[in-house]
Amino acid sequence: MDLRETEAEHAFRLEARGWLEHNVPHGLPSGDTLEGFALHLEWERKLFDARWAVVGWPEEYGGRGASVWEWIAFEEEYYRAGGPQRVTQNGIFLLAPTLFEFGSKEQQDTLLPRMAGAQDLWCQGWSEPGSGSDLASLKSRADKVDGGWKLNGQKTWTTRGAFCTHLFGLFRSDPSSERHHGLTYFLVPLDAPGVTVRGFARLDGDEGFAEVFFDDAFVPDAAVLGGVGKGWSVAMATTGSERGLTLRSPGRYTATVARLLDLARERDLDDRQREDLAQAWMDAEAYRLFTLQQVTNERAGRGRPGESSLNKLFWSELDIRLHELALDLLGPEAELEGPWSKGFQFSLSGPIYAGTNEVQRNIVSERLLGLPRK
Amino acid sequence: MYFGLPDDALALREGLREVLATACTPAVIRAAWDGDPCDALWKTLGEFGVLGLLVPEERGGLGLDELSFVAAMEESGWHGVPGPLVETVAYLPTLELPADGSARIAVHRSNPVPHAAVATHVIGATAQQPGLRAETVDRSRHAAHVPGEPAPDSPASLLATLGTAAFLLGLARRQLDLTVSYVKDRKQFGVPIGTFQAIKHPLADAVVGTEFAWPAVLRAARSLIDADPLATVHVSMAKALASDAAYRMSRVCLQAHGAMGYTVEYDLHLFAKRTWAMAKDWGTASEHRKTIARELL
Repeated sequence: MDLRETEAEHAFRLEARGWLEHNVPHGLPSGDTLEGFALHLEWERKLFDARWAVVGWPEEYGGRGASVWEWIAFEEEYYRAGGPQRVTQNGIFLLAPTLFEFGSKEQQDTLLPRMAGAQDLWCQGWSEPGSGSDLASLKSRADKVDGGWKLNGQKTWTTRGAFCTHLFGLFRSDPSSERHHGLTYFLVPLDAPGVTVRGFARLDGDEGFAEVFFDDAFVPDAAVLGGVGKGWSVAMATTGSERGLTLRSPGRYTATVARLLDLARERDLDDRQREDLAQAWMDAEAYRLFTLQQVTNERAGRGRPGESSLNKLFWSELDIRLHELALDLLGPEAELEGPWSKGFQFSLSGPIYAGTNEVQRNIVSERLLGLPRK
Repeated sequence: MYFGLPDDALALREGLREVLATACTPAVIRAAWDGDPCDALWKTLGEFGVLGLLVPEERGGLGLDELSFVAAMEESGWHGVPGPLVETVAYLPTLELPADGSARIAVHRSNPVPHAAVATHVIGATAQQPGLRAETVDRSRHAAHVPGEPAPDSPASLLATLGTAAFLLGLARRQLDLTVSYVKDRKQFGVPIGTFQAIKHPLADAVVGTEFAWPAVLRAARSLIDADPLATVHVSMAKALASDAAYRMSRVCLQAHGAMGYTVEYDLHLFAKRTWAMAKDWGTASEHRKTIARELL
């Protein structure tokens, strides 16, 4: 049990802190609007040029070859400095780990640098109008044609789909297959003929959602990631990243708690609020400590099935509690548009996206506890 | 960076598990309920060395650290060891007493004092003869009134607080294990009740609670070893999280058992009632949150 940073890790943290303090933009509009998205892209490209966009990646793809510990430290510093949510996250945090694991050398060489440099912006193509939690029931299909595939169907609730350039997602490539068999993972440029994107507003009013229609959209064979018919297992690698540590590093929540405590210190607090604030601090700390234990165990080959669902249940509920507490402190000001009311509305999506928490509870009870499926 | 128990703590826990599997069965806990001070069990604990695990080797102890301590207390919680185990292990290094099981230390924090009726020594008592016994819901607690002033906060009281947090998570793990096997076997509507989301989801939520409390216990142990200036806060955090998580687990496990759990013939209540009591030992979750709030705000 050693919680100390090595000298190299500490130097890495200080270098990140120094750069972020001078460069993080403050007061950017939401990245889930058209105007905001453009400003966020500028920030992403600045990060990339200074090689802070993807610190854990190999240097050849624009990273620094940082360890997981260094990545966690970078994330802490990023959110402590007030860095905005990453509009590149679905690419760099979700697709990239999958590309590193399943992609061909050519796919990696072509896609990763453009993704890191925010030249290609990736969105996810999982949900369909009739397939949400029951993802394996999806109907969008891919039909084999000469040199590639023709895609047909519809994806929806695609976050930032209206601003992105590319989509990764699952299509049924074997028409006779059922459930999670016969699916293939495709990488699709959204400007391909036959692809139509329509943005629509989320609960918080931003046009952060899109539905994506495929009408005989052609993609070449090279657009398949991880092999024809292997889509389900490839997708599960992505969703594991989404639920677990990769997408939601502890630095996000420890930084939110620090801002919450700043807000609280300006106000008169009752006993219940004081206890709630202590609980908020403990919970964010508990998430941080849990992830340190998790990384230790995974590196030692002691990862457990379904563990990333524990992360997802915890951070999603935690994020709501933190924002509820902030709104409680704000009282009548809580209804005003602002970072806390915005963050509260966003936090409400946490138990829904990346697999609803109901699905996560099934996973915890079946894979971690071994309860029977049926 | 390495976040986990070191090898010596893992080995201690493994050894203790084997010993307690035969030395601390539910029948032993039930004997404690009937008034048995469980001398044989305590002698075994002394021989194994767990009682003196924090006592330096030159004084006959194992000379292990706080990480081994929490590992041993968690395992002891799973087995539901009756008596003032946490207090004895926490306070023995400060006293010139044998670690062979002949000395059993209770600590007066409020009256009546848990375990005072079976303790050989009561910290914070002006007379070592226990006074009037008090009936407790968990009858293995053997509480009694003692004369004197409550024992003050000290390094040993911090240890006892942390050990109680670890013990609670062991109790929670035992209740979870009992429940997982029960809901796999128990059939209603023609299927195991463990297939129902109404059973699965509350259990999953309770597991989230205990899973996120354990790293806080480990970190607090590390902070005590390092004499970290925030060690008191870290111990409070561990106890607050463990108290709430273990209590939550006891509620969910009882509910998942239906009427089966609501009997004294089935073992679940032995661990549930200990959980209720120990969640309040050494500061309630609310008290520890208040301590932390004073530091933060």
